[in-house]
Amino acid sequence: MTVPKDIPDKWFPIVLPLKRKKQKGLNGAKSTKKRTEEERRVRANDREYNEKFQYASNCIMTSKYNIVTFLPVNLFEQFQEVANTYFLFLLILQLIPQISSLSWFTTIVPLALVLSITAVKDATDDYFRHKSDNQVNNRQSQVLIRGSLQNEKWMNVRVGDIIKLENNQFVAADLLLLSSSEPHGLCYIETAELDGESNMKVRQSVSVISALGDPNNLASFDGEVVCEPPNNKLDRFCGTLYWRDKKYTLTNQNMLLRGCVLRNTEACYGLVIFAGPDTKLMQNSGRTKFKRTSIDRLMNTLVLWIFGFLVCMGVILAVGNAVWEREVGSLFQSYLPWDPPVDNFLFSAFLSFWSYVIILNTVVPISLYVSVEVIRLGHSYFINWDQQMFCSQCNTPAEARTTTLNEELGQVEYIFSDKTGTLTQNIMSFNKCSINGKTYGEGTDPLGPQPKRLDFTPFNPLADPNFCFYDDTLLESVKVGDTHTHKFFRLLSLCHTVMSEEKREGELFYKAQSPDEGALVTAARNFGFVFRSRTPGTITTTEMGRPVTYTLLAILDFNNIRKRMSVIVRNPEGRICLYCKGADTVLLERLHPCNQELMNITSDHLNEYAADGLRTLALAYRDLSEDEWEAWSESHRCADKAASCREDRLAAAYEQIEQDMMLLGATAIEDKLQEGVPETIAVLSLANIKIWVLTGDKQETAVNIGYSCKMLTDDMTEVFIISGHTVQSVRQELGRARERMIDLSRTRDGEKEEGMEGGFMENGFKEAQEGDGTGGGGKQLQCPSPSPSAPPPPSNLMDNISGEFALVINGHSLAHALEADMETEFVSTACACKAVICCRVTPLQKAQVVELIKKHKKAVTLAIGDGANDVSMIKSAHIGVGISGQEGIQAVLASDYSFSQFRFLQRLLLVHGRWSYLRMCRFLCYFFYKNFAFTMVHFWFGFFCGFSAQTVYDQYFITLYNIVYTSLPVLAMGIFDQDVPEQRSLEYPKLYEPGQLNLLFNKREFFICIAQGIYTSVVLFFVPCAILSNATQSTGVPLADYQTFAVTTATTLVIVVSVQIALDTGFWTVINHVFVWGSLGLYFTIMFALHSQTLFKIFPNQFHFVGSAQITLLQPVVWLTIALATAICIVPVLAFRFLKVDLKPQLSDTVRHTQLVRQKKRKPVGRSVGGAWRGVGSVSEGRLGARGSRRSGYAFAHQEGFGELITSGKNMRLSSLALANFASRHSSSWIDTLRRKKNSHAHTPPSASGESSPAPSCVSVSVPPLSNSSSVLGGTPDIPIEEDRGATLVQNTQTVAASPTQTPPASAPASEEAAVLTPAAVRAHGGDSPGGWTVTLGTVQEALFGWKTRTTASNSPGPPSVAKETSQIE
Amino acid sequence: MMASSYNAKEEDGHNSGASNNGGAGVVKSKKPDNTAFKQQRLPAWQPILTAGTVLPAFFVIGLIFIPIGIGLFVSSNNIKEFEIDYTGVDVNNPCYNCAKNFSWNSTTPCLCSVPFTLEQPFESNVFMYYGLSNFYQNHRRYVKSRDDSQLNGDQSALKNPSKECEPYRTSEGQPIAPCGAIANSLFNDTLELYYIDSNGTKNTIPLVKKGIAWWTDKHVKFRNPGGNNNLTVAFQGTSKPVNWRKPVYELDPSDPENNGFINEDFIVWMRTAALPTFRKLYRIIQKKSSTTPTLPSGKYLLDITYNYPVLSFDGRKRMILSTISWMGGKNPFLGIAYITVGSICFFLGVN
Repeated sequence: MTVPKDIPDKWFPIVLPLKRKKQKGLNGAKSTKKRTEEERRVRANDREYNEKFQYASNCIMTSKYNIVTFLPVNLFEQFQEVANTYFLFLLILQLIPQISSLSWFTTIVPLALVLSITAVKDATDDYFRHKSDNQVNNRQSQVLIRGSLQNEKWMNVRVGDIIKLENNQFVAADLLLLSSSEPHGLCYIETAELDGESNMKVRQSVSVISALGDPNNLASFDGEVVCEPPNNKLDRFCGTLYWRDKKYTLTNQNMLLRGCVLRNTEACYGLVIFAGPDTKLMQNSGRTKFKRTSIDRLMNTLVLWIFGFLVCMGVILAVGNAVWEREVGSLFQSYLPWDPPVDNFLFSAFLSFWSYVIILNTVVPISLYVSVEVIRLGHSYFINWDQQMFCSQCNTPAEARTTTLNEELGQVEYIFSDKTGTLTQNIMSFNKCSINGKTYGEGTDPLGPQPKRLDFTPFNPLADPNFCFYDDTLLESVKVGDTHTHKFFRLLSLCHTVMSEEKREGELFYKAQSPDEGALVTAARNFGFVFRSRTPGTITTTEMGRPVTYTLLAILDFNNIRKRMSVIVRNPEGRICLYCKGADTVLLERLHPCNQELMNITSDHLNEYAADGLRTLALAYRDLSEDEWEAWSESHRCADKAASCREDRLAAAYEQIEQDMMLLGATAIEDKLQEGVPETIAVLSLANIKIWVLTGDKQETAVNIGYSCKMLTDDMTEVFIISGHTVQSVRQELGRARERMIDLSRTRDGEKEEGMEGGFMENGFKEAQEGDGTGGGGKQLQCPSPSPSAPPPPSNLMDNISGEFALVINGHSLAHALEADMETEFVSTACACKAVICCRVTPLQKAQVVELIKKHKKAVTLAIGDGANDVSMIKSAHIGVGISGQEGIQAVLASDYSFSQFRFLQRLLLVHGRWSYLRMCRFLCYFFYKNFAFTMVHFWFGFFCGFSAQTVYDQYFITLYNIVYTSLPVLAMGIFDQDVPEQRSLEYPKLYEPGQLNLLFNKREFFICIAQGIYTSVVLFFVPCAILSNATQSTGVPLADYQTFAVTTATTLVIVVSVQIALDTGFWTVINHVFVWGSLGLYFTIMFALHSQTLFKIFPNQFHFVGSAQITLLQPVVWLTIALATAICIVPVLAFRFLKVDLKPQLSDTVRHTQLVRQKKRKPVGRSVGGAWRGVGSVSEGRLGARGSRRSGYAFAHQEGFGELITSGKNMRLSSLALANFASRHSSSWIDTLRRKKNSHAHTPPSASGESSPAPSCVSVSVPPLSNSSSVLGGTPDIPIEEDRGATLVQNTQTVAASPTQTPPASAPASEEAAVLTPAAVRAHGGDSPGGWTVTLGTVQEALFGWKTRTTASNSPGPPSVAKETSQIE
Repeated sequence: MMASSYNAKEEDGHNSGASNNGGAGVVKSKKPDNTAFKQQRLPAWQPILTAGTVLPAFFVIGLIFIPIGIGLFVSSNNIKEFEIDYTGVDVNNPCYNCAKNFSWNSTTPCLCSVPFTLEQPFESNVFMYYGLSNFYQNHRRYVKSRDDSQLNGDQSALKNPSKECEPYRTSEGQPIAPCGAIANSLFNDTLELYYIDSNGTKNTIPLVKKGIAWWTDKHVKFRNPGGNNNLTVAFQGTSKPVNWRKPVYELDPSDPENNGFINEDFIVWMRTAALPTFRKLYRIIQKKSSTTPTLPSGKYLLDITYNYPVLSFDGRKRMILSTISWMGGKNPFLGIAYITVGSICFFLGVN
């Protein structure tokens, strides 16, 4: 049963307003039940005082039941399900003798079975919760009791206790930090469990208490804390400490929350403020919204319809009963008087209605829900077990965290992806640098020999062995002692806010708050400038093996406006120097004029790096004289102490000294993409899934990543950028984008029509195309107003946009676009684009975008992300996928599925999702079919038994039919069925489309199933009826008695549905065989047992059918009847299916068929399983060369405030630590570069707007329906194509006949023609059927063939370049 | 509900994950097993509907069904069947008076004789059926109105029949044996058959009244209480069904093996029919010698003791004489259906 599962739902860092509201209500309800806690008063070391308030203890309980309450509570929960209550109602009806048409056990047995299965599942879940509760509650912690430390279980920790924590321990409750082993009462915590951020945070105790220090003093500490009542705000705490008649303000900065881990701190003491359920962690946990799949909703609708149908049947039969009782029954009373309470035919009809409700209830079988659950569970296990979704590096298998959404994975249309950590690894690698005008770290030439990775160890024992660098000239330069190079790396080793940890001599660990910075410091380390340790006033490094300690004079911290950071240090010789690193735009302005030449060279380098998609930083230094320093230091102090406008004054002070700097060079850091990302995106977009990237990153970074993972390509017709700051400008920009799209697609359509004049296309289709084209054009002409408030064009116009567009929208523009009146406009624009990138979006906006698509598109959405900021979007999408990566487990905990690599997504969707959908659809079709076939026989029988609700079958058969005789084969099909092997579904992503269009199970399919079921029931009733009414046994005894009839019909039914499942099963594993044959065997065994004399002798009143089976099944007539009825039921189905496959094959049929032919030809298909995406990958790699360039924005993934923390022990503020928002720079310069590059490509006119050159992308792009398959085959193009052709010839002679006419590949013009024609032909066929997914085999053939000729024509192994195609067209 | 939010497994999982970074390989791999089952690579047979498989299948079905159909049709046509309606609806019917004047209370049986002629001789054994129409033996209340324990000879059920038997459970304070509507409505017409030979003499045709019930019914399902000893004693303290003229232990006083609950006419009646129009085996006319037909063609007379009223609910009573073949009685539908289905398949297969 679908008891809402509480997906083990954790604490959410992203506190959505909605969520918060909900939880407030929840908590509010909770606390009012107990008592409303106005404020909390806690006195340290005074249990008696604190007990007065009855604060919750630290014992947590997440389990729902205990042994005593399990049964009642669980049953109560289960009967809240409508279906269960319905069956209970039926059960009660059956206890009324006048109504009861079935024995009570026919309902109670399945009901009990279903209830107990669910109960067992719930019990197991709860058992594990108990276990985990126990484990947590029994953890040991050290509590300071009467001056001595004692070990206590967590559950026994009380509010007001002082507990000691050691390094790497979990915080047991929400504590007020009292003292720490570290100086200044600092301690470091990792909050990954709490908010998902893996970086460390600093907490500091109130200074007076931290002075207490050791446990002896703390034991006598008797401060009293007055603070706010328990709440779920992770980032806020407000309270006051009263101690020794003084008041101290307490903030979140003083708190250690449960769920955190103590790091880098030997020990600390804390006062328990909130315990157990009152902790912020627990307050933040709640129940997740129960997600239902669209199939679920459809199923529920259908079940309601069936109920309606059931009532209709009941009414019809009740009317029949009324008529019959009046016309016949009343006269027949001499032999069959009415039952005592019945005194007229109307009352009899009323009772008969309920009787029929009981016997017809099997159209909505109780086992439906439980079977669906079982199937989904099976699919979830397959996901968990999939080796190809196992990441060996991180040792994490894929995990289906919910078991209710599997089939929806086969219907996804929109994917919303996070960037950092999802598409990228969030690993920065120091790739290139430019030092004094010389660039190092040449890009590895893919064709040349693989350069050797530099080995740093002989040169530098402190080097990080994981660091990779390939250019040995840089190392040489360091070794010969080039001053600039040395200065460069010295800067990198000094100018940062990294913390180091040296557990053993030489084993350094850097704790960087941004991976960029870590990469830079590590690079310096490997090149001999090793950052060893720091104190607030010093930085110790090892420079070329020589330890040097610099005095740290100041850190000029980073912020979003400055976009740079500097340090001022005094070296051992006493010289003062300022080192600065920052964004090139900012830094280059502040250089000394003498740097002009170097600046130009470096700028060029920077552009180059940016073009490669690297994140860049410029480095500079300035030597300061003692006087300069003194003067500035004074002004800095002034600014620092300023009461008002401190920030501004500090910034001004920084500005003052960061002048006249000398440029050192620039660095380039690569934001590594995850493995297989471009390939995955390519495959997914071939499967017609639209991918939106929602990232908190800057526009430039996001666009860069978009290009490097092939979401954006230079083949795209146009990329629109929406970055307006006002509603008006956003509206205007959107409107303009739409106009361009319509414009361009009209030109393209026009082009296509011209192509069609050539007469390649079928007439009917051509007309349709023309109609569309002109229609669109006409409308466009009518409303040429470019006014910003132009209404969004009719959606059908937008739906017909052809061509590849991309949309990049900024966070603040998005905020406007998401406003109610802009929504539709935004959706229609964005959905016409192939790729959409939203940058600088907040977590809330991510969720809003997802909700928007859900609302307007009625499409299945999937959100994938890895960080805490993705939680909101993961929760609001239909399906949430968490990447179990580096950023904690937050996203995973909120997700429905989790795995560790983005590329597994294609397997999850195209293989598992597709199969799940297929299986579920087939299962449902068959399930409804078999139950209608089974139940409707009673309806027909009603007309012959005086509408008396007499059942056709034996009551035991009715009881067991759904749960024993027919359940297992269909379950096996629902779990194991496969239409095409997994490799094929990756090779032909188009196979995914039926799911998106919801073709396999919809209302139409449902009615077909129902019709088939009813047809079967007609045959099942009337054929035996016609035959047996006259038939006799060989002894002359008539066979028309009720029992023989019942046995014959039941046997026929079981055989027919078994044959039907055999037809439906496309993948006969051993299990299917066992279940199908086993079910049949079981039927006969059980029937013979129930009809045996032994059972009859024990219960003569229960087993009326004694001997029926034996005698009936010995009659040849009965078997002839069964055979006849089976044939009549199955032959039309078989014929219909065959014709469907033969005349209108779907892609899956075609693929299956090809597979079969291939297998026959050559036994083993020698293609590795993972080959599919690798194949695609190689193709996209090939295209990489032709790609245009972009200018990267630099990235300085940095947070403000760490510099201050480092220099000052006190007065720390870490206000914005939780915000991972980075610096921004508004630049559209990349698009200029893009244009410039395009110009240099010569084949496109300078405007890059594509007005006069829309054709090239048309050609290169419209192949997708099958370009994937052909590109996979591209490596060895000949053999598979031949095979496919062989298969084709059987199937679709018409289309194939067309292609041989274009065969001669030898003559160049002909092949060129074919090359141009083919995509158009593919397109034509694609458009032929709704959604264009039934690509006939002929089209497959044509596409492959076209590809082949094209490759021969261009005479190159890779796909032909765009330029080539353009020339072909012109 | 604060259900299941904080659980140690997650925390520990994270913990071990953190320690992983230091020493890899210590933790055991969570890699799923590489079994065919878990990787969904079980060897499987994947049937596909292709012209190569479906059309021959149709063809074969056609080839099998058509001969069977022809065989069935021929053998069904060889069966001789004779049916006569003796309800007495029509004024011309000899039983018209009996039907019209029927009264439940009359003590004298009404007799009528229906003459008929057999055009063709009936070879081999002939089975005599009575047929009822519009008689709802399959009505739910009718079907359940019996007590199988009582019929199985259970003493307690004899004295205290099941509630299902209402309103035929007790009569005059005594339990009815056999109870229930089925037993109460036992068909109690007596049919006798005479052959009128050429010189007009009535020759009684011997009718065998045993061997007409199912073996399991006769030997397992129906038992007399207290064995077959003195039935009068065994049924003492019970009352006869209200419609019956005589108690159950007098159904066939001549043969103790056919009396009481194990009376075969009774057993046959108790096996309820599936449809409102049905026939039940009444008597068997055994073939006497191999030379003469069991029923030669000629004139016959059917003598009926008209006890069973059906006109009130528009029912019909028939007497049927039939021979049988290997597949039972006359049944043209089966043969025709087989031929039709077979031909369709054949055509589909050929195309």
